[in-house]
Amino acid sequence: MTTQDEDRGPSRRKVLECMTWAGTGVLWTVAGGVPASLGIIDAALAAEPNGFTFVQISDSHMGFNKVENPNTPGTLHEAIDHVKALPVKPAFMIHTGDISHLSRAAQFDNAESIISQARLDVHYVPGEHDLVDEDAGKLYRERYGRGTQGAGWYSFDANGVHFIGLVNVVNLKAGGLGNLGAEQLEWLEDDVKGRSASQPIVVFAHIPLWTVYPDWGWGTEDGARALGYLKRFGSVTVLNGHIHQVMQKVEGNVTFHTARSTAFPQPAPGTAPSPGPMKVPADQLQKMLGIASVTYRQNEQRLAIIDTPLKA
Amino acid sequence: MTRRLAMGALAAILLLAAATAPVSAATVEVKIANFTFSPQQLTVKAGTTVTWTNADDIPHTVTSTTLAFRSKPLDTDDKFSFTFTTPGTYKYFCSLHPHMTGSIVVEAATGSNAPR
Repeated sequence: MTTQDEDRGPSRRKVLECMTWAGTGVLWTVAGGVPASLGIIDAALAAEPNGFTFVQISDSHMGFNKVENPNTPGTLHEAIDHVKALPVKPAFMIHTGDISHLSRAAQFDNAESIISQARLDVHYVPGEHDLVDEDAGKLYRERYGRGTQGAGWYSFDANGVHFIGLVNVVNLKAGGLGNLGAEQLEWLEDDVKGRSASQPIVVFAHIPLWTVYPDWGWGTEDGARALGYLKRFGSVTVLNGHIHQVMQKVEGNVTFHTARSTAFPQPAPGTAPSPGPMKVPADQLQKMLGIASVTYRQNEQRLAIIDTPLKA
Repeated sequence: MTRRLAMGALAAILLLAAATAPVSAATVEVKIANFTFSPQQLTVKAGTTVTWTNADDIPHTVTSTTLAFRSKPLDTDDKFSFTFTTPGTYKYFCSLHPHMTGSIVVEAATGSNAPR
């Protein structure tokens, strides 16, 4: 599952920190979409009244109707049905961008009509596909931008966890990767200043904040600066989309994770001429699309993330 | 075999020539496929119209780094054209996938390289 390891082995100090976590009973669960695992969350929540679960969906690409998936509303529907069927009602949902394929009003409306059927609050960040209208994101900001700063970044607290939604898809530079920009980085530095290092942090943004595969633009130019502001926190979870596949890595206190798309799969890094949509046999498509549910239990360092495909 | 090699070499030379020599046709095509502009570098005479066509399933843009020109997002098979009237080097990229880059070199129509 872990496709990219740390460049250097852990320092002695890091090893000791890890041992401390192990001593306090850290639970890090990633199960490859076996519905039975959801029962584990159920049991854990029953035993841990302070725990809570939220759901991540991503890359709905409403309006995409090519051969790789001619029915993106249908698969988004299926994803929402999975959310509704979760044994524990999630506290809310996050959507990590590319709601639409071409930022058209009808595409946003269609997404809204399907996603709202989950009857959950949804916290969005935009993908690059959501900001390509004539006014560079006016439609997105009208719909999802209330209470946000700049191009749409914001933070909120839920059950003691601090959530930060970042935008890394605007003002991209030729030859570069995703970009947060100075204004957003300053805001982030200020946003986390004065917070207790023991407060768990969840950061979500469209493009991976860590470098997954620069040849395909899968990374964020100034992502390391953002992570620098979060270094002192004991538990940081970074949730992204964009690459339409599950990928994760743990580096010190930071867990990076990308979610599946609800629309179409993309190839593993370097396995195809380009990162474009991947055509798979019709009976395989739903195995490569899905949702992620994330559970936080108090006093546990790492959040438990379970990726569930639309079909096992 | 030798003949085929010679033909291959000739084809390569012609391709090279096509990539580097100024193209005098009034309209020149750039194809966008597999997240790549091709040809990635193109030399044209002033007054030439360059037309980009997106052959990918994913939208792309053609955006000048100096914003001298900027397309709307091009869906599959959409085209964007721009007529280059002023000599110079025009670098551009896809503002959605900025690792996609290309450049157009525009030479004076009546410059020393122009056929007379």
